[in-house]
Amino acid sequence: MATPSIEANPLISQWIDISATGVVRARTGKSELGQGIATALAQIVADALGVDVSRVQMQAPGTGSGPDEGFTAGSLSVQHSGSALDAAGRAARNLFEVEACRAMGVDEVRLDDGWFIAGERRTSYWELASSVGLDVAFDAGAGGNVGSRAIGTSLPRRDLVDKVLGAPRFLHDLRLPGMLFGRVLRPPYRGAQLGSLEPGAVAALPGVEAVVVDGSFVGVVADTEIHAREALEAARVNATWTGAAPGVTTADVRTFLTEAAAESTPLATRDEDASLADTVGQARLSARYSRPFLAHGSIGPSVAAALHDDAGLRVWTHTQGVYPLRKDIARALDVPVDAVSVEHVEGAGCYGHNGADDVAYDAALLAFAVPGRPVHVTWSREDELGWAPFGPAMVVDIESTCDGDGTITSWTWNGFGNGHSSRPSTLRTPSLLAFASQSAGHAIPPSNDPPMTAGQGTGRNAIPGYEVGAVTAVAHRLTEMPIRASALRSLGAHLNVFAIEQHMDDLAQHAGADPLEYRLRHLVDPRGRAVLERVAEMCDWPTRPTGDAAGRGLGFARYKGTGAWCAVVVDVEAEERIRMQRMWIAVDVGRVVNPDGVVNQIEGGAIQSASWTLLEQVRFADGRVVSDTWEEYPILTFNDVPPIEVSLLDRPDQPWLGAGEASMGPTAAALGNALMDATGIRVRALPLTPESIIAAMELQA
Amino acid sequence: METSHTLDVNGVQHDVTCDPQTPLLWVLRDSLGLTGTRFGCGAGSCGACTVLLDGAPVHSCDTPMWSADGHAVTTIEHLGRPEPHPVQRALIEHQAGQCGYCLSGITVRASVLVDEAHSSGRTLTDAEVREALDGHLCRCGAHNRIVAAVIDASAGQA
Ligand code: FES
Ligand code: FES
Repeated sequence: MATPSIEANPLISQWIDISATGVVRARTGKSELGQGIATALAQIVADALGVDVSRVQMQAPGTGSGPDEGFTAGSLSVQHSGSALDAAGRAARNLFEVEACRAMGVDEVRLDDGWFIAGERRTSYWELASSVGLDVAFDAGAGGNVGSRAIGTSLPRRDLVDKVLGAPRFLHDLRLPGMLFGRVLRPPYRGAQLGSLEPGAVAALPGVEAVVVDGSFVGVVADTEIHAREALEAARVNATWTGAAPGVTTADVRTFLTEAAAESTPLATRDEDASLADTVGQARLSARYSRPFLAHGSIGPSVAAALHDDAGLRVWTHTQGVYPLRKDIARALDVPVDAVSVEHVEGAGCYGHNGADDVAYDAALLAFAVPGRPVHVTWSREDELGWAPFGPAMVVDIESTCDGDGTITSWTWNGFGNGHSSRPSTLRTPSLLAFASQSAGHAIPPSNDPPMTAGQGTGRNAIPGYEVGAVTAVAHRLTEMPIRASALRSLGAHLNVFAIEQHMDDLAQHAGADPLEYRLRHLVDPRGRAVLERVAEMCDWPTRPTGDAAGRGLGFARYKGTGAWCAVVVDVEAEERIRMQRMWIAVDVGRVVNPDGVVNQIEGGAIQSASWTLLEQVRFADGRVVSDTWEEYPILTFNDVPPIEVSLLDRPDQPWLGAGEASMGPTAAALGNALMDATGIRVRALPLTPESIIAAMELQA
Repeated sequence: METSHTLDVNGVQHDVTCDPQTPLLWVLRDSLGLTGTRFGCGAGSCGACTVLLDGAPVHSCDTPMWSADGHAVTTIEHLGRPEPHPVQRALIEHQAGQCGYCLSGITVRASVLVDEAHSSGRTLTDAEVREALDGHLCRCGAHNRIVAAVIDASAGQA
């Protein structure tokens, strides 16, 4: 049996390197995005090899030496990279065990922190390192039971100390000898073409080393950040722009999504006549749900560095996929892939396909103007909130029927929106922002949705985990993309779970049933039931907060239908705006590698999802994103965050599952249901702002 | 027009020549190589760039050099020397962060809160800490751990 990670990187040596000095170097293709993956993977390697975790050094992803694992996405890092490292580690241990037995002339050894011990005799990985080759293929089932020592413990994050002490650690802090600093002038609106620019006036400013103009791409390179910033502002004043902007504005997004040209993909189909015959005359509920475009909003803007010299092009980036980025940069520059090398360096928090890849290409373009000198490029806040790909806006229609007992008998889902992935190397032409501006470039093609086997995009979590009779689901992926969209944490699951769970509460109300009881009635999956029951215990369901404007809501989903199970309950007060009072979360991620890390991810995800759900909306008109400052794109702050309790259902005998995205959908769902409970108003259009509550009231009246 | 400025940064005197409007942030990161102070927005809206100016927290991104001239600046790098500040110890103890990008600004502001609490001999409340940190954005959702860490630091439990 092989996972995609092992198939693409079948040799032990692609994952693990054991040195005579007592150090294990482990390689991964998965990026540290602030989620703590490097720590969790080190724990897995330590147990697989039977060494103390302090001996394991995780090497950051890079083309050349590191395994190609595609992207760090879909909450699959522990499943893919973790399982591959586990198997590679076990396979390596088997080889060393055999060699240890041979070297000591014994039949059996015991292993203690890398020492193979037989009676009085001992040898070690480190002593045998030169005599055991690891260019050996392995498979996922390698090795026997090795027990857990590091796994299951809350090992502290390895990167946090530097970050708290302010030590250089982020790509933002990378300084190389001879380094120059670049900035890129983004057009004032989408669709804008460069009319004129006087490069000479900018080039004459202090410290300016190069002014790059290629089609509508404008960049400056200077000796310091300060001079680069000044040169950029001069270029901004100097440049004129022409060209028509796309017509879509924030107000008509919903209409646009349902009317634009689309490609329809059935995700689930029922035999219409046979299965629907029974539902004729039954109660029918149909409703439309939507969310706006959402910004990633990392606190640190995207950044990259690049160096072009005789050896080719080197790129330092916080991308989610070093190999795919390399491929797209090579495509865009029309050079062989081998001429480009890409290394991962940590950036600020990453929640999906943000500006990391774009700025890497910006840096590459500027590096060509100053051969032999590395160029460091940082985006502005306005670039970050205005030009990074957005999480796609979506519209979801659900229609269901239920019988006289309130049992659901059919379910129809239609989802509309742009695809959820325009990641590098996955589209027909490069999806790097600057490439669309270059004279020999090409507009970025509309995003795709990942296939059903990878959890879909628009249709992620479209099909309820409940027993709902015959299901029809059709995803309508737009074939035009005036506002660039791509993957944002949990993809379509955020809106789909919101929609399903609002719908479930409405059906429960129709049936006169308690929302928890109604869900359990339609849920067979024992692990799903268990998280619901756990969260109910935690919050003492069905107790409700008292007070006129107080309400409690529940949300549940199994992420992607194949990942972690998560149930959320939130108490709110809904006066002039919604204020969360308390939140409870129960989660099942299978075997837990690092409990504290999982809690951190689940809680962080819940807070981020609450921010999206309550506050966030990218706003634009005339091709101009106006929500490109924190004032115009507010997010949740310290005063808004309620106490949150997270409970893990540990399943030591089950496979480990990712935790990064599991709480996004259920949190949104719980908030909508709490608002309904508090006010009697069902708001189906996100975000749940006072404006959308008023709009929903008008609709209801 | 570039002019010359004198700054005391972490106890060391520096002479810097730049446009007087240049934000202190870029002088720290660029001219002095102190990259622990983060750039987040450049507009005084996220708190990532917070430093102490004569002991009081300010956004270095909207502090022009002319106004910092002759003053004493303390950055995150200095808080950790020679011993980590109690806030830093507490943040690590609580594993209070994910990407950690917001943390240096938060640490600098919280250090003042905690120092004040220590000198008045009282523990900070949850509401006080949230209010004080409300202008600091954290996108990863590490808020509650950060608050718990700062309270512990004020109680001398870190
Ligand atoms: S960078 Fe100064 S407040 Fe955001
Ligand atoms: S920990 Fe990432 S922004 Fe706060």
